[in-house]
Amino acid sequence: MCKINVRFIVLLFIFFSINLNQANSEEKTKLLEVNWTFEGITGKFDRSSLQRGYQVYTEVCASCHSMNLVSYRNLGEPGGPEFSVEQVKAIAANFEVSDGPNEDGDMFTRPGRPSDRFVSPYPNIQAATAANGGAYPPDMSVLVKSRKGGADYIYSVLMGYEEPPANIKLDDGVYYNKYMEGQKIKMSNPLSDGIVSYSDGTQATEAQMAKDVTTFLTWAAEPTLEQRHKMGVKVLIFLIIFTILVYLSMKRLWSRIDPEK
Amino acid sequence: MSENYVPSSKFGKWFNDRLPLLTLSKHLTDYPTPKNLNYWWTFGGILTFCLISQIITGIVLGMHYVAHADMAFNSIEHIMRDVNYGWLIRYIHSNGASMFFLAVYIHIFRSLFYGSYRSPREIIWILGMLIYLLMMATAFMGYVLPWGQMSFWGATVITNLFSAIPLVGESIVTWLWGGYSVDNPTLTRFFSLHYLFPFLILGLVVLHIWALHVPGNNNPIGIDIKKPSKDTVPFHPYITIKDLFALLIFMIIFSGFIFFAPNILGHSDNYIEANPLVTPKHIVPEWYLLPFYAILRAVPDKLGGVILMLGSIFILMALPWLDSSKVRSTVFRPLYKKFFWLLVIDVLALGYVGAMPAEGLYLLIARVGTIYYFAHFLIVLPVLSRIEKTEPVPLSITEPVLGGILKPEMARSDKKDV
Repeated sequence: MCKINVRFIVLLFIFFSINLNQANSEEKTKLLEVNWTFEGITGKFDRSSLQRGYQVYTEVCASCHSMNLVSYRNLGEPGGPEFSVEQVKAIAANFEVSDGPNEDGDMFTRPGRPSDRFVSPYPNIQAATAANGGAYPPDMSVLVKSRKGGADYIYSVLMGYEEPPANIKLDDGVYYNKYMEGQKIKMSNPLSDGIVSYSDGTQATEAQMAKDVTTFLTWAAEPTLEQRHKMGVKVLIFLIIFTILVYLSMKRLWSRIDPEK
Repeated sequence: MSENYVPSSKFGKWFNDRLPLLTLSKHLTDYPTPKNLNYWWTFGGILTFCLISQIITGIVLGMHYVAHADMAFNSIEHIMRDVNYGWLIRYIHSNGASMFFLAVYIHIFRSLFYGSYRSPREIIWILGMLIYLLMMATAFMGYVLPWGQMSFWGATVITNLFSAIPLVGESIVTWLWGGYSVDNPTLTRFFSLHYLFPFLILGLVVLHIWALHVPGNNNPIGIDIKKPSKDTVPFHPYITIKDLFALLIFMIIFSGFIFFAPNILGHSDNYIEANPLVTPKHIVPEWYLLPFYAILRAVPDKLGGVILMLGSIFILMALPWLDSSKVRSTVFRPLYKKFFWLLVIDVLALGYVGAMPAEGLYLLIARVGTIYYFAHFLIVLPVLSRIEKTEPVPLSITEPVLGGILKPEMARSDKKDV
């Protein structure tokens, strides 16, 4: 009796979740799916993809999008792009950071240090909004985690620019993107073939850059992902072995009590 | 029995005469427990683990968290990025809340199925319901602390419920907020209370267990048993190891969430910093509050919705007096068993529609679900417990059904021997 009912509940849930998926697909176009290397329980970031992704971010995205929560030092930390210490120092030194006040009470600028946060393109949200036609380019630090669909969604939006269908009229500064909500986006297509030149010889196609920068953004949002996966596997192995041992002890112990229980 | 316990060492005896802690621990280890408890009974131990783990991780998080509207969001990210193993502690805490509720729901439904709320365990049940209420308040306030979009707007929606109270509603809401909208004063008081409530829960848990140790555990066949007897085993080591085994299985699932899908139970909008000027498209509470959210929205009137939502919880407190069946365990109540599972499905369905927009078919399901929820406790349970023909109940655990048809009253006559 109980078993049948449990099965019934499971069926009911499958029915509901199918319904749920259908309801969703009616609203939105299905996202492009990529086989990310960081998915799955042993998933890791592709190191060179992260480094290329950083290049795309600084050369393309960073002209409008800030990344306030990430520091240059993070670029050299394990589980990330893993640039060498010298590379990180050189990267940081490329940026002008405002600091101060000094002994005379004046603010000054100096070259960036690894401990600095990523320098923002605009001094504040209002300035960023005003410079971008009234649409604030969101901070990219946790962007991947703050969007339903995560990495697939970001990748889809980057690849989703199309000519608008004939029946849709777009205002100036508004673009058609089939994965955005309402299919309208205020960011023009940021990527085009060859917009960056990769030093490792990888072809800088639009899809390649979209993939690299999405990988980079995923790391920025979840810099401890690799550490988490590694620890998770160890914890699971430990727990499973311990559980088996406890199970065997339990059986032994309870065998003292008469078998009917 | 533990009451006559005399410690073997001289110091132990000296100490125990002054503070009988050793008697207490002897009582806890010897505590006679029905030997036929199934795995649904292991969730008490699991819940204790959940509470302790939430308190410990919470205290550590509190060391790094900044309760200020301008800094809260970034301080969480500071924990995630810069604090040693901060990501682990935070993910244990945030997923721990969900696991806590998962376990408490199983615990509550176990109690419903086996009639553990029935006499003489009414106080245990009511204490449990108070714990559950405090848990919901604690979880709600905890969800506000990261100060993401869902935190902010969830807090706005829930606190606004109080504005439905006639005459004084608006003033109460202003008083709760400490201002004219959810803002920094709201955040700081929520942090303060979120830190306090778990210790109140802990206190109630002690009372809950104390009250449990007076009549002892109920059991799957729902009969009173002689204690100690052939029907019981000492709590330690028999029940402790069984609880440990179940806890480990639970921890495996828990770890799966922490390490491989830490954000799956949360809402992605909560990774966007709170913005009072932008309302999210759908404001949804955490999954464990969804059935109540569905009931709230099923009623077209705001005050009515609030009353039904609160009523849906408080009605549970009256449960021991709504059910007058002579048989405790649903195992021997063939008709009620069907309604029990209907209730389970009903609550799951309410939870599902709670996550959906309140319109069309979803609203209809929510209304039917709400009606059944109340009908179950107010009509089905009282009526069934009077008219249902129950199956024969065994006299003891060691002498199962073979003993022939016995009236449950006979089984209950053991009670005086305790």
